[in-house]
Amino acid sequence: MNMRMNLKRGLGGAGLVLGLMACHSTDQEAQPEQLFQQPANFPQPIYALDQNRPTVAGVALGKALFYDGILSRDGSISCAECHNQAYAFTHHQHDVSHGIDNQVGTRNALPIQNLAWASDFFWDGGVHSLDLVPIAPIENPVEMDEKTTNVISKLRASARYPSLFKAAFGSDEINGPRFLQALSQFMLTMVSGNSRYDKWVRKEPGGTLTDDEQAGLTAFRTKCSGCHTGELFTDNRFRNNGLFIQGSKDEGRAHVTELPEDRYTFKVPSLRNVEKTLPYMHDGRFYSLEAVLDHYAENVQRTENLDPLLMQTDKSGQVRLGIALTADEKRQIIAFLKTLTDDQFLRDPRFAVQ
Amino acid sequence: MRSRLLLLFILVSLGVGAFLACQNEVGTAETGSLTLRFDNVVGNQDLALGTVTYQNAAGEPFTVTKFNYFVSNFRLIKADGTDYVLPQANNYFLIQEDKPASQSFTLTGIPGGMYTGISFLIGVDSLRSLADISQRTGVLDPGLGTHEAMYWEWNSGYIFLKLEGTSAAAPASQNNLFFYHIGGFGGGYNGKKTINNLRTVTIPFNGNTAQIAASNKPRINLIADVLNVFNGSTTLRIAQHSSVMFEDYSTNIANNYTGMIRYKDMQNQ
Repeated sequence: MNMRMNLKRGLGGAGLVLGLMACHSTDQEAQPEQLFQQPANFPQPIYALDQNRPTVAGVALGKALFYDGILSRDGSISCAECHNQAYAFTHHQHDVSHGIDNQVGTRNALPIQNLAWASDFFWDGGVHSLDLVPIAPIENPVEMDEKTTNVISKLRASARYPSLFKAAFGSDEINGPRFLQALSQFMLTMVSGNSRYDKWVRKEPGGTLTDDEQAGLTAFRTKCSGCHTGELFTDNRFRNNGLFIQGSKDEGRAHVTELPEDRYTFKVPSLRNVEKTLPYMHDGRFYSLEAVLDHYAENVQRTENLDPLLMQTDKSGQVRLGIALTADEKRQIIAFLKTLTDDQFLRDPRFAVQ
Repeated sequence: MRSRLLLLFILVSLGVGAFLACQNEVGTAETGSLTLRFDNVVGNQDLALGTVTYQNAAGEPFTVTKFNYFVSNFRLIKADGTDYVLPQANNYFLIQEDKPASQSFTLTGIPGGMYTGISFLIGVDSLRSLADISQRTGVLDPGLGTHEAMYWEWNSGYIFLKLEGTSAAAPASQNNLFFYHIGGFGGGYNGKKTINNLRTVTIPFNGNTAQIAASNKPRINLIADVLNVFNGSTTLRIAQHSSVMFEDYSTNIANNYTGMIRYKDMQNQ
């Protein structure tokens, strides 16, 4: 009896499966490949890969779009303009981004790497999904100054794109979601997880750290990892790190939340490839890692919403702003940070302009 | 005997499976449809873009150059107080004054019955505002401006209502333009609550009954009054607030426009 009941349930399930199959035509155009790889020392991705898993054709389309000025009003600015591979996809030597008609923005271009592990994009976290990220630079009047609608029209009219969309999505229809998903697919494959530090963590060949670098890692874990947490070296939160308020007097996250407690807070950036992503901070005010550490050691300002981690009370009850760092510690921390440089990523032909 | 039973199980199971899987295609009760038509007005005048000067409650003259708003999350109310909630997915509409075709649409698959009112959201709910991009097509496609810029690219979210125009009360430095872009779905930031301008409106059919059946497709005519954007719990003065977007004051305007939609009449077709 028991066996028969089990059999019945089992067959009921089979019937359901067959029934479902009868109602859905199977359409397997693009087979997922292992284009997205999670390094063994990384946590689970945040991006819902099941909803938009990179395929060969999808990534190829995303890459074509990434390097094409067609995304901008006059064809002059592609994503790569401010996101250059050699500098971990940042705008090298530009404090703030330099866009169309030689206009400049107010913020420093963030690297494009490991975005599957990111949440709340841009320095103020105003965009909550990777898929929605490209719309912001496209429509920003000092970046690409174009309407996404118009980009779609231009892609439809082009000789090049309908066949790429067909290869990626099964038909040559070009619409906003497909355009954005293709860009996401390409960006998702841009994983940086093969630095010397990673190899050291994973005990792989080439994974050696010098004494100074190891001492730097120890100091980093004690003094920096409260914010630059885990293997992505960010807690994905928004904090006021005590910068002197100057220039555009950017209020950071409060710009998108309108909440007073978010005033002057900015995204805690990842430190992967940090050696290459200069200049630093939301407005690119520091041109060297030494300047960054000097800021934390000596120049933290007590401004509204200063992060509590940068206000330590010492034994005598005195509040000390910033992080206590000796000259040796600074030097060692910088030595360690340079072990996060991933040359394989910075030169990977899969991400390079053709 | 045993094998015959087994065969029966297989057949029954297949049948049940197929039924479950194809449930949407099997009609059990009679369903019908309802057409909603939005007529945008300014007080007792029809709204005409750019050409007519109106006056708001504060006594300020203004013209309207753009008037767009999203409606979604429909619920039909029966005389006994029970209701029918329409499927959320395919029922997002953007009313645009400059696109007459957008001002009328049909809700389908409504169970037959007598309905005495309707309720809906002005805006796009938080769930859809955070949904995967593949679930945002048509008017919700943030990359396709069939709805031209009813979306904030720098602060992901839909603009629920957009009212733009000119007024002598607006600053000359702003070319006498005023603009109200009202949105904000109330969150998405590590559990923190941000501005929420989603507003539900409930519109009784003034004692009339819409009879929905396969053979009867009522059309409900609604009025959306621009004057209510300026006047409600707050008297909005263009001179003081000529440009309101994502900021605290916007909730006053959302509270005002909650009262902008009224029942006009219905036709049974």
